[in-house]
Amino acid sequence: MSVDIVLTVNGTRRTIPIPDPRITLLDLLREGLHLTGAKKGCDRGQCGACTVLVDGRRINACLALAISLDGAEVLTIEGLAEGDRLHPVQAAFIAHDGFQCGFCTPGQIMSAVGLIREAQAGQDPERIREAMSGNLCRCGAYAGITEAVLEAQAAMSPQPADMSPQPADQSQGEAA
Amino acid sequence: MIPFEYVRATDVAGAVAAGAAPGAAYLASGTNLLDLMKGGAVRPTRLVDITRLPGLAAVERREDGSLRIGALVRNSDLAHDPAFARAYPAVAEALLSGASAQLRNAATAAGNVMQRTRCPYFTDTGSACNKRRPGSGCDARGGETRLHAILGWSEACIATHPSDFCVPLVALDAEVEIAGPAGTRTVPLDSVHRLPGDAPERETVLEPGELMTALVLPPEAAAFAGHSRYLKVRDRTSYAFAVVSAAAALRCENGRIAEARLALGGVALKPWRAREAERLLAHRAPDEAAFRAAAEAALAGAKPSGDNAFKIELARRLVVRALSHAASGTPERLPALPGSVFAPAPEAAHV
Repeated sequence: MSVDIVLTVNGTRRTIPIPDPRITLLDLLREGLHLTGAKKGCDRGQCGACTVLVDGRRINACLALAISLDGAEVLTIEGLAEGDRLHPVQAAFIAHDGFQCGFCTPGQIMSAVGLIREAQAGQDPERIREAMSGNLCRCGAYAGITEAVLEAQAAMSPQPADMSPQPADQSQGEAA
Repeated sequence: MIPFEYVRATDVAGAVAAGAAPGAAYLASGTNLLDLMKGGAVRPTRLVDITRLPGLAAVERREDGSLRIGALVRNSDLAHDPAFARAYPAVAEALLSGASAQLRNAATAAGNVMQRTRCPYFTDTGSACNKRRPGSGCDARGGETRLHAILGWSEACIATHPSDFCVPLVALDAEVEIAGPAGTRTVPLDSVHRLPGDAPERETVLEPGELMTALVLPPEAAAFAGHSRYLKVRDRTSYAFAVVSAAAALRCENGRIAEARLALGGVALKPWRAREAERLLAHRAPDEAAFRAAAEAALAGAKPSGDNAFKIELARRLVVRALSHAASGTPERLPALPGSVFAPAPEAAHV
């Protein structure tokens, strides 16, 4: 029996049929909504390639049942940029070579966006690395990733009170 | 993952009624449950979604000085609650030592307590496991056992409980509120997880349909705030389960230990409270000799269950170090950066 849920995905509210309660948020995004930015790496919560923001918090989309998230707001990598204008975290990953093959990159970037919203790590590279440990990079681009997160965080004014998905244009003019 | 019926509970009574059915399991964030269901190690036929139950997502400071942590409070919210981290620093430190930021954002307080062992022979449906299928044997015996139990294990099961959170909680005498078909009850967290004995399939004292609704820290728990640490030794810097961990909390008066609390993680199928060690520490000066005596007592009953004899000495040394760090005071910056042997930051290079 199919059940309808309501999700706000990248700012658009939509009613989505869930034909099987086994469908994870990751499978719904990729197969149902054709948002293939979030990647299915391990599908077991170990690699972080599926990281998205749900109600403003980064989680592993592979370990969340879509049906249980009825009413939630979801932000994926597809919702970050404003047209051709990249989100500061995206721009910083390019500036610092924070990737090589790119498979883990959407998850890394969404995790970094979540980390900056959490506003717990500060400008301490060791705390940034600890806070990014849920995202594996097989190419080993960690040095560039850490630099990118530090730069993007410095460029964005922290808004810990705002837990809603943040439109990219809120950071307009703040990226160095 | 086998098909299951999805039931969304709207109140505790309804959840308990739906959860009492054979084959039912409670679903909070599902970070551990879905992982096990995908692998087939756990095969519930009904999931009772408790995420919308009212009143279970709050941290409540009560007038008597106790603290009630609702079952659905997220690990990260609790760890980053400044008042919580100040009052129970070792608990915040343990929370941030566990899993990854993504998982902590989803995982709940009760889910952490109720999580299953990470013994690979339990997870692998091709292996014999008395916990997964009673009476089928234990392929961990004689297998890869580096990370298995050194305390409280039996021939039937040598698995460990993987929680970090539970280790300081059990040291601080936390209690668990349980709702069930026969009403509500409160049990010490130390009594919730069962040692394996000859029935490792019975993991906790919760009966079918019973639902954990809260954790409670008693008023005395905050008295250790000035001298509390959680140290965790793991195979990589972050995002790994404990090889061994230790929670140490001291109440100091006039330069002596008035009262000590000590518990170990990664050593047994439950968070392991070291009461004899605590007794030896009381009224002693906080010095190396006292800590070594405590470490000896804490591991007195330990024996290897395979290739893990090293964990016994490792645990002794970690106990000494955790007590030493606790004695020198809770770190200024809370929650502390989880420690690592590889950490360049001085504050984190403590293990």
